[in-house]
Amino acid sequence: MDNSEGYAIELRRIVKRFPGVVANDGIDLKVHRGEIHCLLGENGAGKTTLMRVLYGLYRPDEGEIILNGQPVQMTSPRAALNHHIGMVHQHFRLVPTLSVEENIVLGLDEGTGPFMNFRKTREKISAIADDYGLSVDLQTKVWQLAVGQQQRVEILKALYRKVDILIMDEPTSVLTPQEVDQLFTTLRTLVDDGLTIIFITHKLEEVMQVSNRVTVLRKGKVVATLLTAETDKPTLARLMVGREVVFRLKKSPMEQREKLLEVNDLHALNDRGLPVLRGVSFDLFGGEILGVAGVSGNGQSELAEVLTGLRKSTKGRVFLAKKEVTNCSAREITDLNVAHIPAERIRMGIVPALSIRENLILKKYRRPSFSRREFLNNKEVEENAQRAMSDYQIAAPSYETPAKLLSGGNIQRVILARELSENPSLIVAVHPTYGLDIGATEQVRQVLLAQRERGAATLLISEDLEEIMTLSDRIMVLFNGEVMGILDAESADIEKIGLMMSGTRRKGEEL
Amino acid sequence: MKSRVGFKVERRPIASGRVVLFVSLLAILAAFVVAGIFFQIYGVSAIRAYQLILRGSLGSRFGLTETVRRAIPLLLCGVGLTIAFRALFWNIGAEGQLLMGAVAAAGIALFSGLPGPLLLPAMFIGGFIGGAAWGLIPAILKVMLGLNDVITTLMMNYIAIYFVEWLIHGPWKGPSVRGFAYTDTFPRAAWLPTIYGTRIHWPTLVLGLVLAVVMYIMVTRTRSGFEIRVIGENPDAARFAGISQLKTTLIVMLISGGFAGLAGMGEIAGIHLRLLGPTHISMGYGYTAIIVAWLARRNPLAVIVTSLLFGVIMTGGDVIKVSLGLPFQLINVFNGLILFFLIGSEILLRYRISFLLRR
Ligand SMILES: Nc1ncnc2c1ncn2[C@@H]1O[C@H](COP(=O)(O)OP(=O)(O)OP(=O)(O)O)[C@@H](O)[C@H]1O
Ligand SMILES: [Mg+2]
Repeated sequence: MDNSEGYAIELRRIVKRFPGVVANDGIDLKVHRGEIHCLLGENGAGKTTLMRVLYGLYRPDEGEIILNGQPVQMTSPRAALNHHIGMVHQHFRLVPTLSVEENIVLGLDEGTGPFMNFRKTREKISAIADDYGLSVDLQTKVWQLAVGQQQRVEILKALYRKVDILIMDEPTSVLTPQEVDQLFTTLRTLVDDGLTIIFITHKLEEVMQVSNRVTVLRKGKVVATLLTAETDKPTLARLMVGREVVFRLKKSPMEQREKLLEVNDLHALNDRGLPVLRGVSFDLFGGEILGVAGVSGNGQSELAEVLTGLRKSTKGRVFLAKKEVTNCSAREITDLNVAHIPAERIRMGIVPALSIRENLILKKYRRPSFSRREFLNNKEVEENAQRAMSDYQIAAPSYETPAKLLSGGNIQRVILARELSENPSLIVAVHPTYGLDIGATEQVRQVLLAQRERGAATLLISEDLEEIMTLSDRIMVLFNGEVMGILDAESADIEKIGLMMSGTRRKGEEL
Repeated sequence: MKSRVGFKVERRPIASGRVVLFVSLLAILAAFVVAGIFFQIYGVSAIRAYQLILRGSLGSRFGLTETVRRAIPLLLCGVGLTIAFRALFWNIGAEGQLLMGAVAAAGIALFSGLPGPLLLPAMFIGGFIGGAAWGLIPAILKVMLGLNDVITTLMMNYIAIYFVEWLIHGPWKGPSVRGFAYTDTFPRAAWLPTIYGTRIHWPTLVLGLVLAVVMYIMVTRTRSGFEIRVIGENPDAARFAGISQLKTTLIVMLISGGFAGLAGMGEIAGIHLRLLGPTHISMGYGYTAIIVAWLARRNPLAVIVTSLLFGVIMTGGDVIKVSLGLPFQLINVFNGLILFFLIGSEILLRYRISFLLRR
């Protein structure tokens, strides 16, 4: 008999099979009470699946869950909640049309009888928010929040339910560096207050920064469980990928090319009808990557939407290859060979119920290769799917698999394959490596650089400053809907960009 | 020794075709069991009632042909509804669209003065346009003004019903029918041919079967079908892909309304040979077709089977009226129960429930 008393959670030989894959193949995991335990693994390693087993969303085919020394049956998320386990999902599960506080109390018996006592709950929520630095306006509707803020709501929701164990599935992939720091501070405070946190990630940096111990998963199996203090990044990388990893990107100097995109004094409103872009102007050249840096919610995503025809501008003009495209429809923009990797991939990038094959032609089904007049050319559609699955290493039993069954990273690969396979002239990429493991991230960056080499103009919107610094030729900083300045990537340093991101305009900048 | 039965509930990744079929049959079975209670309340043994219904609707040549002729309007309306439902347009208005198709066809039959051979084709086209126009109104209201499709399509039914009543009591009341509220009988050239000795107006039946196949191909193989599915499954992704909500909504309602209009044309030109009271023209085909389309899981080909099933139930209604002296309306209980269990059973498609014996 081993002593399980010291563990908050013990998973024993968990096996979970899906048609065609063994997502969890005999996993043992022990999590100490009061620690931050990282689960590290590449896309499709089985991290999310394991946590869904623990959270009662999946029943394991084999294995046991032991909480505080007692074996338990985790039959549903409600059961998990009764055991004080909460989970912040990789893709958030909030109701967009409800307000923050409504989302937080949703499903709980609050107030007296059928009536909600919002004043009391509001006080309670505010108290929690203050304690842990999770400020967010409680009356705002969730659809109006940036992803970073939505995450805070998810955490608040769990804390409001008095969880002891908090599972966070890739929480940082949507956050700015500042927000990540804030989150880490929050997590440490939580741990100090006695919570246990399981933190899923594939970023080595974060493992080193935040965790006490780390368990590395590969292809559904545990490779190792280590004390973070006794390991280092190269070791973890090797364990995770199963081979030596080299971090190296080749980027040739930019050639002088022609101007591809010209944006003049662009104005637009956000979903709440407030000005979100206030006179944005910039040029983008073929063969160039222009990185857009900024704290989330400063107009980046709206800029991407205006440029791709999903949002109308209220003032200003946009020229693509010398042709005016101001307020053209999404279809007209797509037809001009503009690729768009959207920020919210589940909501916009894919149709979850349709197959990989169909998702791969989502924006391209009208191209002559995929359909003649009305009829889809099934042979070509299938070949396209086969090609994309091997080129972009989309891991799935077949191209008929519905997109909703793919792991987070594989969904992103489907989108990338669709958007980038046809040599676009302009690429609007929003968080393109969001949720991808190191291998896949490198691959995406290679692809973006290859497109640049080929002459494509790329607008790279990312909240990962490191990514912007490595890929961009120039860096534009947005603050409050205005351009704070455009820097050469060579001469840019993180501090300067950080200052501009918080609203300091670059002196003597002319655009 | 303590032993108890436990069960575990789990999300299903995708329900296979076999599971869908099994669950649907289960829902129907459950509806029949509960409806049996109603027969018992009327003092009739449920087993005997079902025996009679089956014998009456499938066991004789006459019953069989009645089943088929009832299935025709259900097939046409049902196929159209699968398309609307795929695009998440909740068309509850097939009943009104059917009536307006009948009105248009009747108008052509009575007043167009077209020469014989042109009359029926013109009535088909008119029936389609009548139903489609009625269906397009709520479509436009939804896309332009954001009005709720369930409510507008439902309300349009009542407008159609009273419009028909007004026509047959007023301007279109036949001079030769004295006190009755219906139009004159159509000229012979406006009668649909029937299979000899039955009331099966076969051109409409053939049309329904062909359209079921065509719509199946459209949904699975064409650009429009792809657009319809994308809009239905994820409207945001549709916007992202530049698919026009307006165009797609108009197309599905053109189809859905038009097919219901064809059904109306079939009923008056194949059975009644005149325009008459709305409840006589339709007997609620437009509403029943909602269940038909849903039971078919929005698959146009499967509507061929489900419309026949409801043909059996409707013919069964005649049987229980004649042989058992029970009200025909009892079949509405069936319809309601089937829809009830069908919607209830959706949960079984999303979750797998397995029973285990624990000790
Ligand atoms: N419901 C499901 N049905 C079928 N297969 C599934 C299902 N959920 C996950 N899988 C498969 O199981 C494997 C593990 O997926 P999982 O989502 O756990 O990976 P992950 O480690 O969270 O990856 P990522 O970092 O990309 O989010 C993948 O191959 C995935 O395609
Ligand atoms: Mg995952």
